[in-house]
Amino acid sequence: MALSDKDRIFTNLYGVQDWRLPAAQKRGNWDGTKAILEKGRDWIIEEVKQSGLRGRGGAGFPTGMKWSFMPKQASERPHYLVVNADESEPGTCKDRDIIRHDPHTLIEGCLIAGFAMGAHAGYIYIRGEYYNESVVLEAAIQEAYDAGLLGKNACGSGWDFDLYVHRGAGAYICGEETALIESLEGKKGMPRLKPPFPAAVGLYGAPTTVNNVETVAVVPTILRRGAAWFAGFGRPKNSGTKIFCIQGHVNKPCNVEEEMSIPMRELIERHAGGVRGGWDNLLCVIPGGSSTPLLPKHICDDVLMDFDALREHKSGLGTAGVIVMDKSTDIVRAIARLSKFYKHESCGQCTPCREGMGWVSRMMERMVEGRAEIEEIDLLEEVTRRIEGHTICALADGGVWPVQGLIRHYRPVMEERIAEYKRRHAKPLPMAAE
Amino acid sequence: MAKVIVDGIEVEVPNGATVLQACEAAGKEIPRFCYHERLSVAGNCRMCLVEVEKAPKPVASCAYPVADGMVVKTDSPMVRNARRGVMEFLLINHPLDCPICDQGGECDLQDQAVGYGMDHSRYREPKRAVKDKYVGPLIKTIMTRCIQCTRCVRFASEVAGVPELGATGRGEAMEIGTYVEKALTTELSGNLIDICPVGALTSRPYAFVSRPWELRKTDSIDVQDATGTNIRVDNRGPEVLRILPRINDDVNEEWMADRGRFSFDGLKRKRLDRPWLRVDGTLKPASWAEAFRAVAAKLKATAPDRIGAVAGDLVDAEAVFALKALMGALGSANLDCRQDGAAVDATRRDFFLFNTTIAGIDQADALLIIGSDPRREAPVINARIRKRWVLGRFPIGRIGPAGVDLTYPHQHLGEGPAAIRALLDGSHPFAETFRAAKNPMVIVGRGALARPDGLHVLAAAWELARSANALRPDWHGFNLLHLFGGQVGALELGFLPGKGGKTLGQMLDGGVDTLWLLGADGFDPALIPASTFVIYQGHHGDRAAARADVILPGAAYTEKDATYVNTEGRAQRAWLAVHAPGEAREDWRIMRALSEGLGLRLPFDDLAQLRARMAEAAPALAQPFARRGCTDPAGPAGDPTAMSDAAFLPAITQYHLADAIARASEVMAECARTYGEQPRLQAAE
Amino acid sequence: MSAPGAQGDHAEPTHFAFDAESEAQIARIIARYPAGKQASAVIPLLYVAQKQMGRQTGSAWVPRVAMDAIGARLGMPPIRVYEVATFYFMFNTRPIGRFHLQVCGTTPCMLRGSDDVLRACQDAGHLKGYGDTSADGLFTLTEVECLGACVNAPVLQVDDDYYEDLDYDRTVALIESLKRGERPKPGSTIGRQTSAPEGGPLTLIDVPGE
Repeated sequence: MALSDKDRIFTNLYGVQDWRLPAAQKRGNWDGTKAILEKGRDWIIEEVKQSGLRGRGGAGFPTGMKWSFMPKQASERPHYLVVNADESEPGTCKDRDIIRHDPHTLIEGCLIAGFAMGAHAGYIYIRGEYYNESVVLEAAIQEAYDAGLLGKNACGSGWDFDLYVHRGAGAYICGEETALIESLEGKKGMPRLKPPFPAAVGLYGAPTTVNNVETVAVVPTILRRGAAWFAGFGRPKNSGTKIFCIQGHVNKPCNVEEEMSIPMRELIERHAGGVRGGWDNLLCVIPGGSSTPLLPKHICDDVLMDFDALREHKSGLGTAGVIVMDKSTDIVRAIARLSKFYKHESCGQCTPCREGMGWVSRMMERMVEGRAEIEEIDLLEEVTRRIEGHTICALADGGVWPVQGLIRHYRPVMEERIAEYKRRHAKPLPMAAE
Repeated sequence: MAKVIVDGIEVEVPNGATVLQACEAAGKEIPRFCYHERLSVAGNCRMCLVEVEKAPKPVASCAYPVADGMVVKTDSPMVRNARRGVMEFLLINHPLDCPICDQGGECDLQDQAVGYGMDHSRYREPKRAVKDKYVGPLIKTIMTRCIQCTRCVRFASEVAGVPELGATGRGEAMEIGTYVEKALTTELSGNLIDICPVGALTSRPYAFVSRPWELRKTDSIDVQDATGTNIRVDNRGPEVLRILPRINDDVNEEWMADRGRFSFDGLKRKRLDRPWLRVDGTLKPASWAEAFRAVAAKLKATAPDRIGAVAGDLVDAEAVFALKALMGALGSANLDCRQDGAAVDATRRDFFLFNTTIAGIDQADALLIIGSDPRREAPVINARIRKRWVLGRFPIGRIGPAGVDLTYPHQHLGEGPAAIRALLDGSHPFAETFRAAKNPMVIVGRGALARPDGLHVLAAAWELARSANALRPDWHGFNLLHLFGGQVGALELGFLPGKGGKTLGQMLDGGVDTLWLLGADGFDPALIPASTFVIYQGHHGDRAAARADVILPGAAYTEKDATYVNTEGRAQRAWLAVHAPGEAREDWRIMRALSEGLGLRLPFDDLAQLRARMAEAAPALAQPFARRGCTDPAGPAGDPTAMSDAAFLPAITQYHLADAIARASEVMAECARTYGEQPRLQAAE
Repeated sequence: MSAPGAQGDHAEPTHFAFDAESEAQIARIIARYPAGKQASAVIPLLYVAQKQMGRQTGSAWVPRVAMDAIGARLGMPPIRVYEVATFYFMFNTRPIGRFHLQVCGTTPCMLRGSDDVLRACQDAGHLKGYGDTSADGLFTLTEVECLGACVNAPVLQVDDDYYEDLDYDRTVALIESLKRGERPKPGSTIGRQTSAPEGGPLTLIDVPGE
């Protein structure tokens, strides 16, 4: 029971059609937006709550609830909607397709979300590397302005709403919502201490909600087709449709919008041509972007792709970037490369992350060679535990989980690598002198 | 109030307090590196993590607000594990070079490592090395030791008001510095050394000089400006090796200005360590007996009204009192302590004090600065003004030279008295702002008074305060900002022309034949007529000593038990840290000894007796300091309409060379060169 | 990576002024942010400066004087601009070659052959390795972290453009055409429809629209 095309929200995901406004409108974007707004803030938030939509940026926080944290009463402080288009989690490339091929789903979503949270302005923070995507997005926003869909009296709703694009400049940490806000304010992207939370003190000190691109972009369709329609997909508390990015050792890597809770194997085989060399050639899968611990094949055989099922296996849905690795993979190297990524992307603020990610990365580099002692696997594990949960933001947590997953599932491979290195280098290791 | 249980101890703390404050209230010490109570909260070092019941992860206590009923554990396995982890991470890339580190023995990292560190390192990877940075002539940087707590960055931006330090790069490559290798443009840079919890920023002049446990520590007062900064003088044997601020929230909080902190090498140089006598036109070494004989002979031979005495800027109250007593015994009323010629009116204490008080700045809601540059004249008070400004709703106007950066934005209202007139008659818009304030304050600099119409400027400034309702029993908004630690004590003791007495100007104008200069290096000695016999008593061979006919070597402020009065009128005590060099003596003893030779024996045999007499003459010097309101709005003599149009001139143009001790200091000379306070030509010599 | 904070041994220009094209962009950029919040424009202005340097000198980087000019324009202390410029990876604080070859080396690309892309860049661009600029000044090679085009891995970003689904030969061909002054069309180098599976979409066959 695969999702049928009529139930897909991102109908131009692959850019087969034109992204521009006329084509988007033919696909159903901007249809009855004014009528949606006329139903009011409370209705919109309630409907989003009922749909069961959870944030699509990785953490999976219920979207309607997040919106309801914004102050109800207008004060002299403006409210801001900030859209997180800083898509940088390794394995994730879904927002890119929304922005370049279906930008009006996002722009319409911004107006509705902004209205629902009392914001007259929204900023879309797009990662700097997505330069060409930002050009499309800016052009689409201009179209919307020209058509009266944005700006003063947007869509004839009586609500004024301005939308701006702000480019990042190469910093994964800016995907963390408070780092993103700092960056948008013209500072280094260093996460803020919480509390206060952005809904109380966000952009420019004003109430702010930060939502992922996909989260915002699915809202108009949910409101048009009804919360029940969206909630009808996936298991309870895991509802809706979702863009999956299937990559790595599959025959035909691709993005695809599918129903939540689809079995992983079905997802890979139906849409991505299956694992290279067949399902039995599967080693493991990182199911939800680089921060989510890998799952060895025996779990992949029947695991469902949703928040709860993956969490049961000490992993997560994350951003739904499905990184498939077949048996040819040097799994230690694959994870070591992620450690290098997190070391590179640590903002440097908190001691455990700044110092610890480098330590982990360097140990992992030695583990790739086997240039280590068996006991160092325990040390590595302990270092990751000393990092985890001790920092301001979750970058460090996401940075050590892959290593913990590796040790959990592939410790014998690491031990064998070390033993093999020792066999090749009969003399004692010269590490201490380095 | 919120009720919080910390390790089973129930405490009540205000709502909005942090968990760390609650822990301290419960007597639990929380280790920290980045947290500093006078800086914004960064929460980045993660050393202060504690366990809060129901929180899934340990929380940074420095940043986490308390909630009523919160249960906190500071010594649970979770907390101990977190602290050990942070300590290990801090140490993996730290050079562990404590044996050669100047911070050794007073290093937070070293101390905490004893509590939470391991006895061996588990880190086998290459350690990070960081290139040292240049941040100025006073601070040595060893950046490999840096733990990126960013206290220094926050201090520079927030307290000093010079956003020139930053953390560039990111992750483990993040480095502290100016990025452009420039000297920080602040007069408060030494405080960076104090707030750095490790040995990354240390004192350049103190580099490799001593270990803290070798030092004897003596409480003292910084006399090199009029703030009255509470300090600690560290010596080993006869040498002062460093000077550090002490905490006094009413005065300097815990900050200190660079000139006071780093001039101490000047205490060893150009010292007058024996009496000198001019014989046939040249100064020759002499014994105390010879010097006293010459002085006594000259004083006896001079008619009392032809004898004059001038008190210098760094002198202690005891010396001033003794000299005044001696002059009184001689029958001279020719006294003056205003070397700059400032038209200070000492008929009432609140005419010459900083009445709002330094801590009172916190309550002010508008400020007008007239003819003063508090940044160069009293950097720590300037930081207090800045602290108030940071809180917001604090309009500041300034009349004086244009283009002065005070480290906080302010309105420049004009360069001279015309702007005062415009405020008085309401034609300048700032007048309305000022009058609308509840607690407005005026700060008048000595520069505004050291001019022919100074008396009128003083009266006009008072009138401005009065017209803004700043002179009330509950609020005194009139303030004089003095420049040096000896100035106010001398005013308190009335070291000013007595009945029929001559001012310094009149003395220099041929009004006296014998002139006693007590540390008076604040005016150009070339102005002294050639025929005047000059007795110079002081500690430095600075401007005036070379002009002297007799030199009586005195003690610097570190070399005597003495009283100093700051610009607020706060009398504070300094203690002898080291003995004066050679034959130099504590100053009051010199006067006392001489009086014996003159047959005019002064009525005190020891310091206690002197102080008892001094307390009778000036009760404020013996009383605990208290802030006073204004009960009599009648102003000083002077006519606001008689002010000239001349622009106010800065009182201090070369911050690092502003006093005799600083002028003897090589460290200050280097600073002056670095900050362009001397002509290039001289710098190249 | 380009050692943030390090001044390096390159020559820093002593003067920088925004040209007319940049000024026009700056006016539009600053208008996006509320009054008094113009510091938000620091990243955009660093881009403007970097692009202008690219236009004027053929090397798209941000010299210190440009950072100072940005600080002055936005009312920011220079150090705050230096911090931003060295924090974000996309600003080059030292000169680079005419073409910036940015190889994604993160795991999704690594699994699909980014080692080959790197090798091709080294061979065809005459580059020793990451951080190197070719002797002819044409290329600078940088390893970048995940570019967010993982279903089209491996990816090479040349300046602003992504080239996807690469292998050794196609990377060499790409670099050779850059040398000839050509800019091949960005996107998949095997003719894929963007992120659809190779061979054509299996979904979204039946959608309304055009």
